[in-house]
Amino acid sequence: MADEEIPASAAPPAGAPPKVAAPKPAAAAAAGAHAPPKPPPAMAATPWDGPLTGSLKQAFGDQISQYSTYLGQNFVVANAEALDSILDFLKLEADFDYLVDITAVDYPKAEKRFELVYILYSFASNERLRIKIHVADGVKAPSAVHVHVGANWLEREVFDMFGVEFEGHPNMRRILLPEEWTGFPLRKEYSILKQDDRWVKENLGIESGH
Amino acid sequence: MPESTFLDVNELVLNMGPQHPSTHGVLRVILKLDGETVTGTECVIGYLHRGVEKIAENRTYIQFAPYVDRMDYVAAVSNGLGYCLAIEKLLNIEAPPRAQAVRVILTELNRITSHLLWLGTHALDIGAITPVFYCFRDREEALKIFENYCGARLTTHAFRIGGLQYEVYDGFEQEVRAFCDMFIPKVDEYEELLTNNRIWVNRLKGVGVLTGDECKEYGVTGPVLRAAGVKWDLRKAQPYSGYEQYDFDIPTAQNGDTYDRYTVRMEEMRQSVRIMRQAIEKIPAGPIMAKVGKVVKPPAGEAYVSIEAPKGELGYYVVSDNSTQPYRVRVRPPSFVNLQALDRMVRGGLIADVVAIIGTLDIVLGEVDR
Repeated sequence: MADEEIPASAAPPAGAPPKVAAPKPAAAAAAGAHAPPKPPPAMAATPWDGPLTGSLKQAFGDQISQYSTYLGQNFVVANAEALDSILDFLKLEADFDYLVDITAVDYPKAEKRFELVYILYSFASNERLRIKIHVADGVKAPSAVHVHVGANWLEREVFDMFGVEFEGHPNMRRILLPEEWTGFPLRKEYSILKQDDRWVKENLGIESGH
Repeated sequence: MPESTFLDVNELVLNMGPQHPSTHGVLRVILKLDGETVTGTECVIGYLHRGVEKIAENRTYIQFAPYVDRMDYVAAVSNGLGYCLAIEKLLNIEAPPRAQAVRVILTELNRITSHLLWLGTHALDIGAITPVFYCFRDREEALKIFENYCGARLTTHAFRIGGLQYEVYDGFEQEVRAFCDMFIPKVDEYEELLTNNRIWVNRLKGVGVLTGDECKEYGVTGPVLRAAGVKWDLRKAQPYSGYEQYDFDIPTAQNGDTYDRYTVRMEEMRQSVRIMRQAIEKIPAGPIMAKVGKVVKPPAGEAYVSIEAPKGELGYYVVSDNSTQPYRVRVRPPSFVNLQALDRMVRGGLIADVVAIIGTLDIVLGEVDR
C-alpha cells in the first residue's frame, strides 16, 4: 500500500494537523529576495543559446533579461511591458501559434511577487517555450487576448486565483469562484482552511466550516 | 450581464443547467436566442471547484498523487500518468521499461473507457438510446481489468512516481488480449448503429464546425483538433513512456464538424487496441520501480510535462523548492481550454445543436473546475 511510501522522517506524525498557514521558507529563493533562514539551492538552470535566442535578442534587446534552459526546457524572463510584442513576434515570425497555458506562481517575499508563466508551442518546429514576466501586487499585467484568443479564460483564472488583473482583457471577472467571493485562494498567505465566511453564511445559510 | 445591453426586443435568454442531463455534469450555459438561433452564450463554471492546486501545495508529492485522479474521473489513469511523468522529470529519472509498457497498456485501455463513455452519452443526447447500453456493457470489461490490477475501477491511482506499485496479476496478459479480440468487432457494431444512420448523420454533419486555425487560436487539442485536419498527437510529436516503439496512426478528418469528431474518436479506439496488442506481446522483464527514495524531494526547479489524454493535451507545470511538498502545481486541463471554444461553435447554430456540441467537446466538469 501507499503507506510504505510516505516518508517517515519528513511527514508530520500521524494524526497531526496538516501544515497549513506557514509559508515555506524557500518561497523567495527562486525570485532572489530576502534570504530565508536556511537557503535552499536555487534552480540549476543553464544559459540557453540557439537560433531563436539570436532573433529574440536582435528584436528585443534588454527587454528580455534571461535566456535559460532547465531539464531540456527553454524559458526566457522578460519585462512585463514587452510581453505583447514578444508574443506577437513569436506568433508571426517564429510560428509559436499555440498558447498552451497561462499560469502564475506566487513568491510573497519578492519585490514583484507574481511570476506569470506563458507556455507556448510551435506546431511547425515541435518546440516549447516558456515566457515569464514578474508583476507586483496591485499592478496590472498586459492581456494577451488580442494575440491569442484562448488567453481569455486562462487570464480570468489567474485573476480568480491570484488577484492579478489584466489590462485590456474584455471580461475581467472571476471564473471558477462565485463573483462576490473575497480573497484569492492561491496566494501563499491564504490558508487552505480559509473560506469567505460572509459568502458562505449568506448563500449557503451555514456557518463556515472552520 | 446587464439586461439593457444584453437583450434586444426579439431576443430571449435561456438558462441551461447546471442541473441538466445533457451538460454532462454541472455546466451552466446562458444562451441568448433569437427564435431558435443561438446568438451568444456564456458559460458559468466552477460548481465542482475543489481547489486541487491549493491542496497540492499542502501535501507531499506522493500524497497528492491520488487527488489527480479526481479531476478527469473518467480518465483517471491518464491523469496519474501525467502527474507521475512530471515529477519524474523533476527528479530526472525514468520509469523502467517494464513499468512503461504496463503504463501504456493501462492508459490506452483508459482511453477506450473514456471514449466509450463519450460515445454512449453523446448518442443518448442526440436521441439514440441503444448505444449507451452497448458502450457500458463493453466498458465494464475494461473496468474489470483495472479492478483486478489495482482494486479500483475509476479513481485508480494505478501508477506511482518512478514506476508502478503493483506487478501485473496472473492472467493480465490473457485478459488484455481477450479484451482486444472482443472489442474490435464491438466498434464495428457501434458503427453499424450510427455511422450511416440517417438521423445521426443529419444531426451531426456540418454542426459545430471548428477549423484547424480556430482550434490553434483557442488552444483546442485532442480529437477536436484532429477532426479539423491537424495531424497532431503528443504521443507522436513528443513521445513519452515509450510510445515511439509502437506502430499506430493518428486518425484525422477534414471538416471539423461533429460528425468528423465522431469518426476520429471511433478510429482512435481501434488504434488504442493496436497499441495494446503490440505492448502486451513484449512487456519487457525487469523491475517496475526506478530508484526513488522514500522521501520524494526533487531539486529546486520547474518543469512542464504534458501527455495526450483522451480529451487533449493534459499538462502539469510543477515548481519545486527542494522540499517534500510542491511549491506550485498547475494543471493544464484539456476540458477547460476546449470548453472555451463552445461559444464559437454554437453561435449562429440552432438551440437543438447546443446539446450535440457540448457532447462532442467531450468535457468532464471535474477537470474543468478542478
